[in-house]
Amino acid sequence: MKREFDVVVIGAGPAGMSAAIGLRGQGLSVLVVDEQAAPGGQIWRAVEAVAGTPTGKLLGDEYRAGLDLAARFRASGAVYQPQTQVWQIEPGWHVYMTRDGQAEAVRANQIVLALGAQERPAPFPGWTLPGVLTVGAAQILLKTSRQVPSEPVWVAGSGPLPLLYMAQLLRAGGKIAGWLDTSPPGGWRRALPWAGAALAGWGDVSKGMAWLREIKAAGVKRVRGVTALRALGDGRLQEVEYTGGDGKTVRAPASVLLSHEGVVPSIHMTRALECDHSWNVQQACLTPNVDEWGQTSKSGVYVAGDGAGIGGAQAACVRGELAAIGIAQQTGRLTPQAALGLAAPLHEKLAGLLRLRPMLDALYPPRASIFSPPDDTIVCRCEELTAGDIRKAAAIGQPGPNQIKSYTRAGMGPCQGRQCGYTIAHILAAEQNRPVAEVGFYRIRPPLKPLTLGELASLDIEEEKA
Amino acid sequence: MNARSCDVIVIGGGLHGLSAALQVARHGKRVVVIERHWVGRHASGATAAGVRTLNRDLGELDLSLEAMDMWHDMPSLVGDDCGFHANGQICVAETPKALAALEARVSGLRASGYTHEELIGPDELRRLLPELSHHCLGASIARRDGAADPHRALRAFRHSAEAAGVTIVEHCAVTGLERAGQDWRALTEAGAWTAPYVINAAGAWSARVAAMVGDDIPLATKSSMMMVSERLRPFIKPVVAIMGRSLSFKQSDQGTLVIGGGLQGIPDLDRETSTARMQVLAKGAHAATDLFPAVRDIRIVRVWAGLEAKTEDMLPIVGPSPNAPGVFHAFGFSGHGFELVPVVGAALTDLVLRGHTDRAIGNLQAQRLMRPAGATPERSS
Repeated sequence: MKREFDVVVIGAGPAGMSAAIGLRGQGLSVLVVDEQAAPGGQIWRAVEAVAGTPTGKLLGDEYRAGLDLAARFRASGAVYQPQTQVWQIEPGWHVYMTRDGQAEAVRANQIVLALGAQERPAPFPGWTLPGVLTVGAAQILLKTSRQVPSEPVWVAGSGPLPLLYMAQLLRAGGKIAGWLDTSPPGGWRRALPWAGAALAGWGDVSKGMAWLREIKAAGVKRVRGVTALRALGDGRLQEVEYTGGDGKTVRAPASVLLSHEGVVPSIHMTRALECDHSWNVQQACLTPNVDEWGQTSKSGVYVAGDGAGIGGAQAACVRGELAAIGIAQQTGRLTPQAALGLAAPLHEKLAGLLRLRPMLDALYPPRASIFSPPDDTIVCRCEELTAGDIRKAAAIGQPGPNQIKSYTRAGMGPCQGRQCGYTIAHILAAEQNRPVAEVGFYRIRPPLKPLTLGELASLDIEEEKA
Repeated sequence: MNARSCDVIVIGGGLHGLSAALQVARHGKRVVVIERHWVGRHASGATAAGVRTLNRDLGELDLSLEAMDMWHDMPSLVGDDCGFHANGQICVAETPKALAALEARVSGLRASGYTHEELIGPDELRRLLPELSHHCLGASIARRDGAADPHRALRAFRHSAEAAGVTIVEHCAVTGLERAGQDWRALTEAGAWTAPYVINAAGAWSARVAAMVGDDIPLATKSSMMMVSERLRPFIKPVVAIMGRSLSFKQSDQGTLVIGGGLQGIPDLDRETSTARMQVLAKGAHAATDLFPAVRDIRIVRVWAGLEAKTEDMLPIVGPSPNAPGVFHAFGFSGHGFELVPVVGAALTDLVLRGHTDRAIGNLQAQRLMRPAGATPERSS
């Protein structure tokens, strides 16, 4: 017998938890599925276990703020199913998921995708060497098991996350070998038009300044305007080579290199569902088109949180609440007037929280070189294809990303193009002198997450028994 | 008027269209292939790429056997073996009843003089498939069968066609076909082409093209699904099917498992897409893990569904249009057209160059599926 819910929420981060609390408040039956073992998403990962510990203290107030929401979520009456992977959504809506090796299809009238963001893949020579990882991955290790690398760490990248991580790492007793700042120069000049917004969002700006002061006080070497980056080593990372803003190329010993070039919305599910998307020129990424409630072009499919556009944890919470109100209205639990009444202060709050976003986008545009890696750089990690392989294939006809798949197998591995999609699109655009938006993106095939043959077979066996 | 003239217009840039174009062009004809999307966009790019005579319908068996010879000599046609490996195709029996059905099939073939299928017992079965579950009782096998690499085949046929002088026009839909004196004029989004001959190899959309010249050929759509696993060590060489269950199971050169076998998704001809149905694929996964218990923990990384034409009798249509002289049809392969690619192109070349062919397409004429001329559908009063 297939389980049925009014709403299935996918993801138990800020947006998913907020949506679930709101939906339960309207009396709707809710299932929340999430890949992690505990609620919190990436930003508040393991917050219930860690917030009260010394690690929680060094992660800061922003992190500990998640504890209260997690408690309210636990008490909300939503059915919460952790350690569950959703691997397909079919119209109707049937949500296919796997837990403990057992597959199941759950039916829901509405779905809320609260999938958050992923770090923007930024290939550079040597990025696949052991010892090279992303800042986000290192921060998860810090949150979940307080892992601090014993050797000094190189941090290369751009955006607020490297600043926050470096501050946290220093507090945890870690050492930083150097900060290779890849933000394109002229950031404050680009950001100037939003100076007013910066004043309005002063709380966030001052947080960033405080992290900067911590980093500076620790004597971290900062190399500005880094344009090119290479990780070198035989079997694992041994050296890092970079070109600074002064044009000089330097090579230095390295055992850990963390890179980060901003975050982009997770769009795999909305793409797979063929929701409409728009191209964000400044951040060079796709964003699903959503209405004021977060509903996509597919009726009954909502996106809340960073998956609808990067806005951070607080904005994600508000978007979750708005999605809940939108669904309550769609299902007749709220009159349109009542829904608008509840939503008005939330929309105002959201606008305030997003006010700083254009400035951050202007401060930290993705640097151009991540979209044109040298020929010998691997761009599709699953199938081990280089930028040169893709450029060669781009010369046959005028292929789009889906043809490149069949020409080269790029994007056909277990990550389903999450790592290479944008890079491939940019390489094709450059080779063909076309705008990236026109080149397009992979068509996303199921399963959205790899599942085993045995797990899939369990679905058939379950049906036999029924 | 933007009319360009040539000798043959091929509608559809799948493998059948490319094969015909290539072989006609080798005889000095000027050929244009017009493809709405890109070469291999639909069935040819979504095929399981089995090269199979095993369990073929008698209506197309002779053609299939000639095609098999051509596959074994593929480099002479397109300069590449297209990744073809003749490691055999095997149809396994899990029950005494299934085994009896295979025995009846093979002895029937023997009686008609065909020797390409044979029966094997449990010992030979385990020698060929050491990891096969022990509940299997026996199998039929076609040892010269095998599988190829579909994308490599597409590249090879495309390059050979272009080298033979074929013009391939992609991203260009044919919107109409009309008479222009003795010639046909194909109207497209990029102007018109005229030629005395037209080959309709438009796959799932072929009935719409046939209708443009007055051929009303009933045609349904198939949307066969495939799933592909992560890479694993080489452990199986032949292609394996099961008598009485939907399964085709093989390992590609890349090490991935490729699992399909007639499991159907939901086709949408107008939107030109199809939707996979995981509940149906679960049956394939069930069959695969019954047969090879060792693959239970192998991860599936990709699933897709193709779009292709299906006829009432599951045999293709290969031959001249009944109503439009100079137009030849090649479609309706119903899920097993890949193996026939080289021979159907050769048969169409015969038809274009000489007006007839000695190849075994007698059972594949369009007339068999069409209402007699002048007949109207019955109406209830």
